[in-house]
Amino acid sequence: MTNPAFPKSWKNESKPHKFCPGCGQALTLKILGHVIDELDIANKMVYACDIGCSLLTWDMFNVDTIQTHHGRVIPTVSGIKLAKPDAIAMAFLGDGGGYAIGAQHLVNAAMRNDNITVILINNANYAMTGGQYAPTTMIDQITDTTPNGRKAEAFGSPIHGPEMVGQIAAPGAYIARTTSNNYEDCKKKIKKALQNQIDKKGFSFVEILSMCPVNWKTNAQESLDFIDKNMVNIFPLGENKND
Amino acid sequence: MQKEFLTGNEAIVKGVLACGGQMLTGYPITPTTEIIHYWAEAQINPPAGGPKLKFLQTEDEMSAGFAMIGGVLAGQKAFSATAGPGNVLMQDAFSMAENLRLPTVAFINQRGGPSTGTVIYSQQELNLTCFGGNGEGLRIVYSASSVQEMYDFAIKAFNTAWKYRFPTFVLSDGYSAKTSIEIETYSPEEKNIEIIPAEAYLLKDETDPSVNLRNCYNLETELNKIIIDSKTAFDAIKPEISESENYKTEDAEIIICAHGIVGAAGRLAVDKLRSEGILAGLFRPITLNPFPTETANQVLTNKKMVLVAESSLGQLERLLKSHIYGLQTKIETLQKPAEGISVEEIVNRVKEVM
Repeated sequence: MTNPAFPKSWKNESKPHKFCPGCGQALTLKILGHVIDELDIANKMVYACDIGCSLLTWDMFNVDTIQTHHGRVIPTVSGIKLAKPDAIAMAFLGDGGGYAIGAQHLVNAAMRNDNITVILINNANYAMTGGQYAPTTMIDQITDTTPNGRKAEAFGSPIHGPEMVGQIAAPGAYIARTTSNNYEDCKKKIKKALQNQIDKKGFSFVEILSMCPVNWKTNAQESLDFIDKNMVNIFPLGENKND
Repeated sequence: MQKEFLTGNEAIVKGVLACGGQMLTGYPITPTTEIIHYWAEAQINPPAGGPKLKFLQTEDEMSAGFAMIGGVLAGQKAFSATAGPGNVLMQDAFSMAENLRLPTVAFINQRGGPSTGTVIYSQQELNLTCFGGNGEGLRIVYSASSVQEMYDFAIKAFNTAWKYRFPTFVLSDGYSAKTSIEIETYSPEEKNIEIIPAEAYLLKDETDPSVNLRNCYNLETELNKIIIDSKTAFDAIKPEISESENYKTEDAEIIICAHGIVGAAGRLAVDKLRSEGILAGLFRPITLNPFPTETANQVLTNKKMVLVAESSLGQLERLLKSHIYGLQTKIETLQKPAEGISVEEIVNRVKEVM
């Protein structure tokens, strides 16, 4: 397909984006921008990003934004939504924030069925800190802190976030996994998640597989292959719950 | 104005309601938990004519702190209440509030430490509340000495927070939180207290240009400027905010320095000592941060001695010393970490060190 134009909701002053070349998050956020444009929610939305690579988006959008750390972006957004139920409140964070250091926030926001949207990037490592093992690191994947590869005996097996959240979430919640290198699928799922919140149906959560060429030490084709031939086998795309 | 028989925790909730507090996010912890109970009840049966009340019992104190920040960003008078290990966890959120100068309000009823400690009483959270977190301690901390002050300072804390835009705390303890006593309750109008309204940081107006708030900076110089600007603003408001109780200090030869409930004992000790012919006075810092530096120096100059009494191992003593540097007045201490201090103990200690 042709490369769609810059989203209207992107802030021109803060372009180009601050991600490493080839990072999947830039694609993801371009897609998010298109969804914000289509739903026409830029003026009633709060976009909240977390620590790590996600904080590079603190001034990315022409949307009111806040930035926190360690997964606390989820309770921050829950607080905003509690205070202002008509706002569209969205948290954007990484797999460390959502599945490790702030996992309790994801679990409990899902359990309470907070009417917020959480978008989580799964790039199978801690990227901003230089490529350490994450809960999402795959078996035998080499990272700075698993130089011989992740071994299940020592580090367990990769966490499956949407599947976990699906076990907790209430009817009405929307939970999905998609990938940043599939524009149509990614856009459809981000849009459904935000629409779920607009429709007041409850918690929405999308995990997005995302290329990390710098820490994976892969070139462009290898990065795409890493997702298409490797990650999707461990982290299947789909919608886990959509009552 | 009326008299009511209330516990400290009830008084706090009544004070919050009186000044238009809207939203509590919290996690149960002794000796603060009843604040959450009373708020949950008030949310279901709100006082007539008041705002719609919001409540969230979160998964932990980090979540409670950050959800409070979310409420403040959306323009609510949001607050939390915690103690001990909960205060430790909530420092994460307080640091962020400090960076963005967000008017969060938190009630800290101290319990024993370190770690889980005991669940009822101590004065060991002075350092943590005033200076906790990875920042510079640009926070406003009131220390309440009675159930009455828990009510009074609840109203004051919201006003100070929203007027000056710094995280604000009311420090108390489990004894006061769980003691029932008759206090005077009132509406702010009855005492001509102007209520400072809340204001949204985000989504102020749908037509406004976007507001992008953050805690991350690209350059050290950028962050340095933010901190220096905040410190300058904090120092500028110190004369308006800092306060103390100075009881019979003018002709006193010996000053008892104590805060919170120990300060209340100190006041009674002054009367007892004076009845025995000993010229004692009380200097009770009401704001531990910003500290009433000027008054401390005025009160303590040319005195024979100051006795610093506290239920901790020198947290108040160190604070006082740092603000009276250079003063020649002799300093003595009465330190009982994790234990209460009676009037008689203060009286006896004064006689011992005289």
